[in-house]
Amino acid sequence: MALAYAPGLTVTDRQLVKTKRILPLKGDVLVKVGDRVKPDDVVARTMLPGPVEPMNIANRLGLPPEDVEAAMLKKAGDTVKKGEVVASVKNFFFFTSDCESKIDGTLESISAVTGQALFRGAPRPVEVKAYIDGEVIEVLPEEGVVIATWGGHLQGIFGIGGETSGLLKRAVASRKDDLKPEDITDDMKGHVIIGGARVTADAIQQAIKVGVAAIITGGLDDQDLRNLLGYDLGVAITGKETIGVTLVVTEGFGSISMAERSFDLLCSKEGQLACVNGATQIRAGVIRPEVIIPTEGDVHADDERAGYEQGGMDIGSPLRVIRHPYFGRIGKVVSLPSPLTVLESGSHARVVEIQFDDDNNKAVVPRANVELIES
Amino acid sequence: MAKLNPEQIKYILATDCGSTTTKAILIEFKDGEYRLTTRGEAPTTVEAPIEDVTRGVLNAVTELAELSGRKLIDENDRIITPANGNDGVDIYISTSSAGGGLQMMVAGVVRSMTAESAERAALGAGAIVMDVIASNDKRLPHEQIERIRHLRPDMILLAGGIDGGSITHVVELGELIAAADPRPRLGSSYKLPVIYAGNASAQDAIKDTLGDKVDLKITPNLRPVLERENLIPAREEIHNLFLEHVMAQAPGYSKLMDWADAPIMPTPGAVGNIIKTIADIHNIEAVGVDIGGATTDIFSVFRPDGDEGVFNRTVSANLGMSYSISNVFKEAGMKNVMRWVPFNMDERDLRNRIKNKMIRPTTIPQSMEELVFEQALAREALRLAFKQHKSFATQLKGVQQQRTIADAFSQEGSGKSLVNMMSLNMLIGSGGVLSHAPRRNQCAAMMIDSFQPEGITQLAVDSIFMMPQLGVLSEVHPTAATEVFEKDCLIHLGTCVAPVGELKKAGGDVMQYSITMPDGSTEAGTLKHGDMKLFDVGIGSDSLGIKVKATLEPARTLDIGAGKGVKMETTLTGGVVGIVLDGRGRPFTISEDEEKRVADLQRWNEALDVYPKGALIHSYAQPENVVA
Repeated sequence: MALAYAPGLTVTDRQLVKTKRILPLKGDVLVKVGDRVKPDDVVARTMLPGPVEPMNIANRLGLPPEDVEAAMLKKAGDTVKKGEVVASVKNFFFFTSDCESKIDGTLESISAVTGQALFRGAPRPVEVKAYIDGEVIEVLPEEGVVIATWGGHLQGIFGIGGETSGLLKRAVASRKDDLKPEDITDDMKGHVIIGGARVTADAIQQAIKVGVAAIITGGLDDQDLRNLLGYDLGVAITGKETIGVTLVVTEGFGSISMAERSFDLLCSKEGQLACVNGATQIRAGVIRPEVIIPTEGDVHADDERAGYEQGGMDIGSPLRVIRHPYFGRIGKVVSLPSPLTVLESGSHARVVEIQFDDDNNKAVVPRANVELIES
Repeated sequence: MAKLNPEQIKYILATDCGSTTTKAILIEFKDGEYRLTTRGEAPTTVEAPIEDVTRGVLNAVTELAELSGRKLIDENDRIITPANGNDGVDIYISTSSAGGGLQMMVAGVVRSMTAESAERAALGAGAIVMDVIASNDKRLPHEQIERIRHLRPDMILLAGGIDGGSITHVVELGELIAAADPRPRLGSSYKLPVIYAGNASAQDAIKDTLGDKVDLKITPNLRPVLERENLIPAREEIHNLFLEHVMAQAPGYSKLMDWADAPIMPTPGAVGNIIKTIADIHNIEAVGVDIGGATTDIFSVFRPDGDEGVFNRTVSANLGMSYSISNVFKEAGMKNVMRWVPFNMDERDLRNRIKNKMIRPTTIPQSMEELVFEQALAREALRLAFKQHKSFATQLKGVQQQRTIADAFSQEGSGKSLVNMMSLNMLIGSGGVLSHAPRRNQCAAMMIDSFQPEGITQLAVDSIFMMPQLGVLSEVHPTAATEVFEKDCLIHLGTCVAPVGELKKAGGDVMQYSITMPDGSTEAGTLKHGDMKLFDVGIGSDSLGIKVKATLEPARTLDIGAGKGVKMETTLTGGVVGIVLDGRGRPFTISEDEEKRVADLQRWNEALDVYPKGALIHSYAQPENVVA
């Protein structure tokens, strides 16, 4: 069986998956070690300081900044209501000028230099959910937790949209098929659906309409991505999009069949819960989108795959080419010439000679332009 | 740290710890000169599982030791200093951009004045400026507070007001920062450093406002009067804080700082250093560009008043050849990119290819078609980055100027760009797409097309990107840094001669030339409008370009530096590419007519021997990609 994936990307039937769930600021952890959690369970919560509303009292009341403090009816630390008078000054003829708070909150500070008062709104709660179905194995006091589960784990090459979950459902007959609107039916609402070679723009719109939680696909056209987002994506830093569905692309841009190993793995888990995150960051500290399919298992047992390293390229190793002119084609290593070879472009590079599976033709390709395939 | 007399320094080890690779070089004093003798590299080790930068340094130095035959590391995994016989080196120095480099936010009262001066100080210190907050940046105060809170910089530089001026606005900015209560990017155990370099009279008020909330450092005002900047104290403080906080938080850096014989510098800061040093030593104007995968840095030294060089650096954060390649396409537009490509490509296929490069940034062009397209994108990335640089590298804005009657008609205000392409002496390129272009002629062509140098300009490329190491070396041993820079770091490409001005008749004569070639023969002729010519004047045994005498006489309406129509007896410097005469005019435009555009590109390509003959003639229209 030919199984393809990019170096460093995980496609595995069963491994121990650990995920850190951390608050943006210190707060309260709501679970303890050993607790079983579901994806939507809140595991930690904090209060984000409220928004700040500055108001220049000196300008508003026509006072020098040093006189503002005397005009204040509230002092730093006092609570204020929206519309409440916080500063007042008497003018000629005993008219008064007032300043009213624009928000509910507290008066944080008053400056005698600028005449500015800072009001802070009510704190906003921030919650962190478990994201996966698993067990809490570590509590990081005031910060968050580590949750672990055994399960299938698949990393994509690119994604959009944030964390979600749903039952896996196959939507195409073959990994070579494009995912079309007619493949997406009403019963897929809330599901994570498995596509094949490419998802069309219409199919994504249909998925959003139906309420599909996530789509996993081999390829995607950049033109469709642009239409979907409403802008051209300049750098691959994603995860905050709110288009109504999370998308995980396993192979790349264009019409490219989902790798057999990935497709078979997902199909074998049809009907099971899948936790999906489209967040991608292709920079130093790379983050790839992922699909986790939790299964039962002792999270304290050793994972034999831990520390597993992918083997090197050797004669007979299956490969996929990841750049033109042979982009997406699959074959086997015929030879690995040691000296640098001159490419058609004139560059000198280390190359690999490949025999393609589909037509048995041979080609020489830079090693930088291939991905190893595990068998 | 070793305190050695520069004359005693015979062996120098320098490393640059980049985000992905740690590069080491060994410089030796041999036969009366400093030369690069060996280089090695290894993956940077700041991330899990190793999380110790020194491991990558030791690996790179081990490779260096094996190649050079010198023992450089002792039994305790320490770099051996000072040198003794065949062991060790006299000094060890390093730069670093690992972990995302130095990320800063700056704030100033007026966007085009103190805020811009603060931005210049931060960029000059080698920082990435995440945002510039100014009292007049059109954001509401609560939006500014949200932005400051949302960003997690390594430090903030706050400026504003001239000494003795109003303190209100700068203190107001201080209040916004205090209200935002910003957190540092790395580590939560320390307060965010904030450097105050504004109106001296506001220092006490700033202490009252920010003193308890942040780690406040006060330096002299970086714009004490409108007419003058004083950026050095703020830059030095940025550098100190970089070492104290940013470097100290990165894994293994305390050990690395202990090893190094000079303070570790942020990589771009060091590159700026060497370019400034070289420009000052030769009293020339220079522009350096480093086009990377994610960003493009441009450094310049111009001398608007003759003597003192004004240094500027800009970082175009999302213009690069891999991580940011999609953004280059987006910013430049398909039409601008494709104008450099002499064949048709399907837009859908093209867009997918660009995105595939973005998500798999380490792939390389295999076919000629891919190379031509990638170099077209590079031209646009460089053009856009330089455009940003020109608009940033300006005379101080907001300065009152004495004007004569003649000036009144020129409509030039303060803030005129310092970038003068006619007086520019040297253009230096670095970064993969330039340094690793299969032909040096391609590198020269990309630089000429995107920067459009005017008059007489030397071109060079940093072969292996050792400018960072030489930048920090220039702090401790300028002679060694300069010698290695000129003889080993730079590959001298040659000189571009480009007349500027309007030609009355299209296709007319642009310039008469006569060049005395190294073999004593003479190349003489007429450069026609729209033509390019290349003369093979190479490099000498000292790795420097051969100098030849030339007589250049531009057409009456054109200028090559001495004035319109003024004949020039001059010396031109050769290089691995040679001497290029560019008769396309400045600024030159590419024909909108498809047939003429393709014919022009092919003609220029042949004249400069950019791509192999015939490589661009056929169309590369590809069938839609079908995958097994």
